This record gives sequence, structure tokens and C-alpha cells, in this order.
Amino acid sequence: MSGTTTSEVKFSELEKKIKRENWRRIWFRFKKSKLSVIGLSMILILLFMAVFAEYIAPYPSHAGLYIAFKNAYKPPSLEHILGTDMYGRDVFSRIIFGFRYAFMMIGLVLSIVVPTGVILGLIAGYYRGTFIETVIVRLSDIFISLPPLVLALSIASILEPNIFNSMLAVSLMWWPWYVKLTYSMTVSLRNEPFILAAESQGASTLHILFRELLPNELGTILTKVTLDAGWVILIGAAISFVGLGAQPPTPDLGTMVSEYSKYLPEYWWMSLGPAAGIVLIILAFNLLGDGIRDVFAGE
Amino acid sequence: MLLEINDLHVYYKSYWYILKVLNGVWLRVDKGERVGIIGESGSGKTTLLKSILKILPQNGIIPRGEIRYDGKNILKLGDNELTKIRRKEIGIIFQDPMAALNPVFTIREQLYDIIKHKMMIEGHNPSSRELHEQAVKILNDVRLPDPERVLESYPFQLSGGMRQRVMIAMALISAEKLLLADEPTTNLDVTIQDQILKLIHKLVIEKNLSTILVSHALGMVYQMTDRVFVLYAGDIMEEAGTNELFNHPKHPYTQLLISSTPRLSSVGVGEGIKGKIPDYRNPPPGCRFAPRCPYVMDKCINMKPGKIQVNKDHVVSCHLYD
Amino acid sequence: MNNDTILSVSDLRKYFTTAEGVVRAVDGVSFNVKHGETLALVGESGSGKTTTGHVIMGFYPPDGGKIIYKGAYELSIPMKKRPLELKRDIQIVFQDPGTSLNPKRLVKDIISLPLLVHRIVDKSRVYEKVAELLEYVGLSEEYMFRYPHELGGGEKQLVAIARALAPNPSFIILDESTSALDVSSQARVLNTLVKIQNELKLTYLLITHDLGVVRNISQRVMIMYLGKIYEEAPTEDFFKSPMHPYTQMLLSSIPTLSEEDEKIKPRGIESVGEIPSAVKPPSGCRFHTRCPFTKQICMEKDPPDIVVNNNHIVRCWLYA
Repeated sequence: MSGTTTSEVKFSELEKKIKRENWRRIWFRFKKSKLSVIGLSMILILLFMAVFAEYIAPYPSHAGLYIAFKNAYKPPSLEHILGTDMYGRDVFSRIIFGFRYAFMMIGLVLSIVVPTGVILGLIAGYYRGTFIETVIVRLSDIFISLPPLVLALSIASILEPNIFNSMLAVSLMWWPWYVKLTYSMTVSLRNEPFILAAESQGASTLHILFRELLPNELGTILTKVTLDAGWVILIGAAISFVGLGAQPPTPDLGTMVSEYSKYLPEYWWMSLGPAAGIVLIILAFNLLGDGIRDVFAGE
Repeated sequence: MLLEINDLHVYYKSYWYILKVLNGVWLRVDKGERVGIIGESGSGKTTLLKSILKILPQNGIIPRGEIRYDGKNILKLGDNELTKIRRKEIGIIFQDPMAALNPVFTIREQLYDIIKHKMMIEGHNPSSRELHEQAVKILNDVRLPDPERVLESYPFQLSGGMRQRVMIAMALISAEKLLLADEPTTNLDVTIQDQILKLIHKLVIEKNLSTILVSHALGMVYQMTDRVFVLYAGDIMEEAGTNELFNHPKHPYTQLLISSTPRLSSVGVGEGIKGKIPDYRNPPPGCRFAPRCPYVMDKCINMKPGKIQVNKDHVVSCHLYD
Repeated sequence: MNNDTILSVSDLRKYFTTAEGVVRAVDGVSFNVKHGETLALVGESGSGKTTTGHVIMGFYPPDGGKIIYKGAYELSIPMKKRPLELKRDIQIVFQDPGTSLNPKRLVKDIISLPLLVHRIVDKSRVYEKVAELLEYVGLSEEYMFRYPHELGGGEKQLVAIARALAPNPSFIILDESTSALDVSSQARVLNTLVKIQNELKLTYLLITHDLGVVRNISQRVMIMYLGKIYEEAPTEDFFKSPMHPYTQMLLSSIPTLSEEDEKIKPRGIESVGEIPSAVKPPSGCRFHTRCPFTKQICMEKDPPDIVVNNNHIVRCWLYA
């Protein structure tokens, strides 16, 4: 019996070793491109700021409802590095809280959209030529053919306009893209001999979808996810900008740009700060996305 | 001596690393000689042929070495002279005609193009009638039935064998001195392969061309060549006259390769070779075959063997013969 | 059909509809495979040899004919509807291990799949069994934790063979299993296949175009051309006296390596012509367009089975 245990220990150690090596290889490829390392560090810093906004923001109470008219319309200074707004709130503090909302939006949308789209795409691709495929593909075609922003706007206007509903609206128009992506990859992979081999061995459909097909598609999906993260912010900002997303005084970056843009051009610092915040997040995710694509492209 | 290659190194630079493919290759081709290069997949044989024409991909670099063709150093020639050589003196048959022929042009357009460029180098601008005559003649040379119909076809409308004949026709237009053939029959059926090989053989004799035939198929090399070089992992392992090489192979790699080939007359093949071709990112510092060699010695690991003349017509690069 | 037959194929047909018309890939093929033998199905592209193998595997249903396995199973049913027991008992090794092994899975995952699906060993002992299988095909257990792309071509194919062996099958289809390999690794794979068969008494259906490989591993040979079988013989007999003109042409086309091999090749026949399209196959004997001995009757009527001696069958009017 002891023989079995030692061999098991040996195997599990080998398994750990190969996993470590894999991560090392991924990191080696990733860090070859300086820009993607910059992107990743930017995201980590922004995420850190978002999580610990209460401790990092110089004036945490300024995030929500707070009025101090004597401080209003102050241009950038040492005290308020990005100036203050029309209620005397510190713009920089509000942006830091804005990052929190930005990450929440990304998390919410992607956690709905990616699993739904990928699973449906896998199923549609695997059951190519059947009724199931037709239903899934046509359904996503319908959603794709609707103008995305208009769809999101109408949904947001039917429901109560808040950040959560606007994100639901964004999710509703987004999942078909993941269906399309996964579907096309699955269709081209499903007749590969290695799938045929697994099928002829008697592997279950679940095994084939998630263990044989998905790992081969993960790289592309992950790249799209990072590149999409920036877009979520952008669309969320657009919806907020027209007033159907987050409502003031929520320190959402898009809402802030919308609110403050009325004070352009005299009080330019107000809208400049949140707009720069949006650019920063999108840039960070795009740089990261390029890095991830390189990691997988090299294989 | 028509072609002489010495100490040729070719590297590929990729984003992640440098692939050190050719590692000091040598090669000699006399006028009218038919030379074979035996190389398994990944041995660097296509790289070698491409460096002769200097058509390496963008990321290919030649840090060291010399390719002397007809007294000129190919690596130092200007673009004009190179073009002249490519269009008029050296022709190449690629292994996959589907990839080498342009799918959106008819055979006529592609053939005319090559003929025209060649004639213009000769200082003559051909009329369309001349082009047509030349094209039909060359298609007749490669025994393509109904050349008129072939001329009007797109590559995908021809069978594999016919496409390969078109490829040979194109190569022959440019090959007045030297014909390079890179696995010319890999994707063809045995009976078609036989026809193509006999055709190449016949044309080469007719036109008195020097040839370099690169292949992993030992039988083909044995049948088609006068002298053989054995290429493994970017190094020439052995060079000898064809009969000498196949009957008295010296290098362990050559020996294993020959014994591994299935025969028609007997049952049983050698044990083959364990392992795989080395990683070109980090190739073995000594003999590149050392990690797979059954006779490996200490010095094989760190010291690259030199060229050892075992007899008049036989050179081997192996420490066993030091 | 007698007791030592493991697989019996009769009048098998498989047509594919393409843009050019109906391709008659397999057009009336009958043969028996005996327990423990290697039967080679030899042909060039378009001969229908691979289609025959894939129909037996159930990758697509036949358009006619019968396939009976072990006297009890009807193999016309598609793979997905076959009982698990049948999926376990019949295995296939594909041509290119580069595509038949999932590039994103470790060798141990690839080989453990059939072990788990068919409950060959207890879950806790799967790794041990994988190591055992790898060792059996001549690979050390270090290979368990490698990805296919880290292996050489021959090694990959050995992994594919280990996977096929894992569920203890009795019948393996070798679908051009050595064609994509270099000579040096092909030898290793061939020797391993021979060893496995001798030790485990497996039955192989070897699908190939390479007569050199056939000579080394099979006991019986069948020659296919454009969807039909034209000659069938024991290997020794086949190489000693090939009868059908196509077979002779095939043998004479092989570039050989030695004088002894050269002597095996039939004289006085040379390869001519192209393989006609399987959409409009020639009438009568399908080889008549390339045959140097064509007579009037060859163009008109399908040649009958001519039994030359006990086990040597040829379909050719020359011998009628």
C-alpha cells in the first residue's frame, strides 16, 4: 500500500511543478512586452485605489452628497489637485470613488455576458446543423442587429434609471458577441481529430465542451474580455452621459463628465478629471489585452 | 564547381527568441551533378534551399557563412544581380504547388509573367505570340496533355499531379544552370510521384542541369542522385557518393535512418531513433545529434565534430572517427 | 462467416454529395477481418480506404451494406448511438498525432480519459495506470506531465497508441498511423505496434498507402482503387506475385533503397495517367483508363472475383 501513496505523492508533486512552469512561461511571455506590463500595473493600481477609496481619497465624504459652497469652483491647487466642483466637492476624491463604480460595472457586465455567451456559443457550435444551433444563432443575430446604444437606452428608460439597470441593459446587447466568437471557434474545432477521438472514446458532451473545446478557445476569449472591459466603461459612460445610467450624486465617471460638462469651458478641470479617468481605465485594459493576446499567439 | 557553401549559419529572430537553425552547413555541387540532401522534418533543409536563392523570410539572418555560386558570393550580390540569377539561372520546385501558385491568376498569367521577366533580362521584350509559343512549349516539355486548356485553368482546377507539373515548368523556365527541388512529390500519390520523378530525371539529363534534391524519402534520393549530404538539425552529418553512402553509412544517424526504412524484400525495421529534433532556441553545444545518439561520448556533448575524410569520396562529421 | 472472423463487411457503400456531384467513395466493398491478424487496406488518394475505416468507426453511416462485429454488433449505427462497450472495444489511431491529441491537455489527461470513461481502473490508481501504459509503448512516465507540442512526432503517435490501448480494446483501426512521421520515428512506432499485437493478440485494420509499412506489419493485403477492392492476398504471396495490373503499377512506382528491393518490383509496367475522379468513375473495371492490358470487356463489365489459389483473390479480366 505504501507504494501507492509514494507514487501518488510523486505524481501530485509533478503536477504542481508543471503548473508552476506554465505560469512561469506565461509570465515570461507577458513581461516581454513592456506596454502590457504597464497596463497590468495600471489596472492593479486603479483596482487598489477603488477598493481602498475611503482611505486613499483625500476627502472621502465628498463622494456623495456634500455641499460646501465656499469651496466651489476652485481650480487645481495643492489642496485639491484636480480642483473642486460646483458644490465644493474635491474632484480627485470623486474620481477615485468613480473607479470603484467602473470596476463594478465591468465585473457585473462581464460576469453576466461572458459565461452566457461562451456556453451558448459552445453549445451552438457543437450541435452544428441541428435545431439548437439555429435557435441560438438566430437569437443572437436578432440582438446583434439592434443598434446597441439605442437598445440599452430604451431598456434603461423603461426600468428605473440607475447604474445597475443600465448595466443589465448593456449585458443584454453584449452576450451575442461572445456567442459569435465562441461559436465560430467551436465550429472550426469540432471536426478536429482530437474531438473525434474523445467522442469515439465515449467522452460525455460536457467533457467535450468544457475540457476539450474550451481550453483551446480560452486565449481568444480572454483577450476579448480585456479589450471589452474598456468598452463597458465607455458605453456605461455614454448611457450615464445622457442621463439614463447612474444618477447624481453617484460618483460614476460618466455621470460626472455629463454633470460637469455644463460648466465647460470656464471650469474645465471639473470634466477633465473624470474624462481622464475614463481614458486611463480603457487604456490600461487595452494594453493588458494586447499582452494577453501575445501570450496566447506565441503558442 | 557551380555552387559551394561553407560554414553557413542561418538564424531566425522571433519576438521571443532566436532560433539557431543552420549551424555551419557545407555543400558542394559540381556542374551537371545531381546532389541529394537527406533531411527529416525540421532539419533545416528548406532554410538551406531558401538561403541559396536568398529568399529567406524577413526574420531570417545569416550571421556567418559563404555561398559561392558560379564564382560569385551570393550573400554579397546586389538586388539586380540576384534577380538575374533567380530569373534565369536557378529554378526552384516547392513542395506544395498549391501554396506556390497564386490562386487568383490563371496558369497563363503566371507562366507569361515568368517567361516575360526572363526574356526581358535577356534584353528582349516578347510579343504575346512569342509568350504563347513559349508557354505551350514548356507545358509540352513537362508532358501536360492539352496545354491550351491548362493555360486557361486556375490552380484549383488542376489535379495535384498536374499542378506539380506546372510548378516544374515554371522552375525550368528560370533554371538554366541549377534546379532546386524541395520535396517535389510529398503530397502526391505513389504512382503519380513515380511519373513526376521520372519526368524531372529526364528533363535534368536533357538540359544538363545541376540539381539539388531535398527529401526525407531515402528511396527517392537513392534513385535520383549522384552524391548525398545528410542534414540533421542544421548540421551536415555526412557526405558521400550515393552508392557509397547507402552501402557504407558511417554516421550513426545515417545508419539508423537507413536501417529504419521499411523494405519490400524483407520484414523488420531497425529500432528507429528515440527523442526528437533539438530545440533550436537552445541547441546542443557539441554534436547536435548527441542527445539521441546511441554511441554518445563525453566529447560529443561539448565539442562539435569536424569534417573527417574517411576515404576519397566520403566525409563524416562524427567523433567516432577522430 | 466463421468463428475466427472478428469483423465482416459486405457490400459496403458510402456516397458523398458534393458540389461536383455524388462521390462514390466506397462502392461495394466486402471483406472479413480475422481475430488477431493485421489486414492492410492499401490505396491511393480517392480510393476510399479511409472512408471505409471511418464508416466502421461510425463517424458517418453507410449508404448500403452490412458491417457485423464479433458476430453480434451491427456497426451501421453511428458512433454516438453505439453502446459504451462497443466504443471501448474498437479504437482508432489517426494519421496525424499533431491534430489527434488535444494541444491544451497534458499527456496524462489525454490517456486517462478512456480509463475513466470506461472505468478501467479506480480513480485513485489512474496515474499509475497511465504511467504503466506509457512505459508499455516505450515512453518514460515523465511524459505524463508534458503537452503534445513538447513531444516529437513519433512520441506523439506513441501517446495516441497508448490512449487507444488504455480501454483494453480488441480491434484497432490504424488510419495512416505512420504516414505523417519521419522514417526514424516511424520505425519506433511500427516496432511498438508489432510488439503490442504479438503480446495482446489484437486485431489491426491498417489503412495505408505505404507498401513498405504493409510488408512489415500485416499478414494480409487488400488493394483498393476508386472505391473497390481489386486484389486480396496474404502478404508474402502478394509481394511474390502481385497479379492486378494496378497492384503491379503501384509496386513498380516505389523508389527503393537496394538491389534486393528492386528485384521485388514487377517489370514491364510503368505508371501512366491520373487517378480519375470518383464522381464519374470509369465504367467496367475502374482501372481500365490506365491499364496497359485493357480489353474491350474491361470497359464494359465489372471483373468478377477470381480465386487464384486458396487465399489470393484478384478482380481482373486478364485472369478470367
